[in-house]
Amino acid sequence: MDKFRILFQFLQSNQESFMNGICGIMALASAQMYSAFDFNCPCLPGYNLVYGLGILLVPPFILFLLGFVMNNNVSVLAEEWRRPQGQRGKDPSVLRYMFCSMTQRAMIAPAVWVSVTLLDGKCITCAFCTSVPVETLGNASRRGLSQGEMKQVLARIPCKEIYEGQELVANEVAVRYLRCISQALGWCFVLLMTTLAFLVRSLRPCFTQAAFLKSRYWSHYIDIERKLFDETCAEHAKSFAKVCIQQFFEGMSTDLAAGHCHPPRKAPADVAEAAEKLLGVTDQGTMNTVLKSWHRCKPPLHLHPPALLSSNGWAGQKQPPVQPPVPQSKVTAYYSHV
Amino acid sequence: MDRFRMILQYFQSNSESVMNGICGLLALASVKMYTCFDFSCPCLPWYNMAYGLGIMFIPPIALFLCSLILNRQSLVMLEEWRRPLGHRKKDLAVIRYMCSSIIQRAMVAPVVWIVVTLLDGKCLICAFSCSVDPEKFVGFANVSPVQVQQLLAKVPCKDDEFMRNNTSRKAVSRYLRCWSQALGWSILLILIVVAFLARWLRPCFNQATLLQARHWSNYIDIEQKIFEETCCEHSRLFAHKCILHFFESMRQEIKQHSFSLPGHGEEAEGEEDLLQGITDQEQVNKLLKIWYYEKPPLDVS
Repeated sequence: MDKFRILFQFLQSNQESFMNGICGIMALASAQMYSAFDFNCPCLPGYNLVYGLGILLVPPFILFLLGFVMNNNVSVLAEEWRRPQGQRGKDPSVLRYMFCSMTQRAMIAPAVWVSVTLLDGKCITCAFCTSVPVETLGNASRRGLSQGEMKQVLARIPCKEIYEGQELVANEVAVRYLRCISQALGWCFVLLMTTLAFLVRSLRPCFTQAAFLKSRYWSHYIDIERKLFDETCAEHAKSFAKVCIQQFFEGMSTDLAAGHCHPPRKAPADVAEAAEKLLGVTDQGTMNTVLKSWHRCKPPLHLHPPALLSSNGWAGQKQPPVQPPVPQSKVTAYYSHV
Repeated sequence: MDRFRMILQYFQSNSESVMNGICGLLALASVKMYTCFDFSCPCLPWYNMAYGLGIMFIPPIALFLCSLILNRQSLVMLEEWRRPLGHRKKDLAVIRYMCSSIIQRAMVAPVVWIVVTLLDGKCLICAFSCSVDPEKFVGFANVSPVQVQQLLAKVPCKDDEFMRNNTSRKAVSRYLRCWSQALGWSILLILIVVAFLARWLRPCFNQATLLQARHWSNYIDIEQKIFEETCCEHSRLFAHKCILHFFESMRQEIKQHSFSLPGHGEEAEGEEDLLQGITDQEQVNKLLKIWYYEKPPLDVS
């Protein structure tokens, strides 16, 4: 567990290595999923191909979509794509950069699944056992079977226990043949993927480095700006809430003092501060009234300045129209010379 | 756990040791991949050679490309090679040094795969079982040529019905394995001797140029990293300013419609300095373009 935690800390040290960490974890999960999966070839003429190719191609597609889902930047990209133009132009190269980098990371787990599947060989053996070249590997003329019957016999190659075509073509020979083809395809696929990755990475400095620096900067900027905006709003909401609640308590305390003709008790100097903090609410009945008022009649979202409060008090005052100072959409004013 | 953390910290401490770490990891991954891989020779006349040699050579190429991809310095070297001249000259010795150090490290994992393959022997037995001289082995000596090819092709498959208890099969297998292991050990010995000589004899040739090349290649790497970090810092401050200005303008709008709200204090002067006068999109784009096209000269006097 500790090792896991340290590895996590190491990977979280910056954004890039965090994303690479997620990639690596998904790739390992993909390999683990394959080894845990219990492959069961149906051994029937039409079904073999569908099952084999399905296992080869459907899980990678799911893993690809999962790669997008687990990437935090998808919502950033979507927001940037759909926002109204406002006073800030949209740069398609930035959107393209973000999309490309997300796609590249999402492709790793599916590529691992396909490679592991092909190198293992069961899928291809199941899918293509009916296409084995019987003339070269065995004796086609021996039994004089029709096409359909031969296909039925060959379809049972992956299921050794029920295979009856030993004199047609030996089971081990056919399995070795199909496995060899599958592993060759697997290694070619691995080589192709690494070559593509290498080309993508190494051609970039030769052709588009300046544009790349620009796109990378602005895509990081968009991400950081969004996070900072959320933080600023949260800070603002906290201060707002503090003042709002403080004013509410002050208002209640003034009300109750006026209603019950209770003069505020004169506390000794050393507990004056504590009493101040209690804001005049000092017994159970009063507290219950305060809580009930808070629930039934929350104050409006409008922080009137202290000067106004002391002259008019709380109860019965007509509040000015509520205009929440919480930030609005990006369409409204941006500071022009930023 | 502490040991683990120390190891990770050590490997992150400088870029050389990061590269050595990646190199080592890939070599281990290469051995692990070989042991996990289920080698199954097809035992058919032409397919054997293709399969055996394919397994011996295609994974090393993939591992080599993988090392190049995972190594950050290869990108740095390519950028340095392709950048426009600007105010800063290009030193080919530095680029050559970086290139050679990258390729040396990238060759480790492929060589490990090839050596492990040869020492294990299965690949060579599969690839060359048909090329053995049948006269040397009793069981294959008096068989017709066509049949002998088929039989020899089945040598790597121990469980085949023809080959199960065939002593000649074992003889051929042992013979090929012996060659394979001899080849493996020889390659290993040659490589170690070459590495040893290269390390010992290097100080005799051009040591000063080497020191310079190593220094400046390190410098280029560090400069790149610091530039990226500075850009990140700058974009953070930029975003902060942008948002503060946004709030300020909202406040001004509200000021026009309602009572005056208590204004906030002056914005921190320090942040203005950190933004260094780069305060709009055009200026940032220009900065990045100039950084690429005209790097500043190496002179901070």
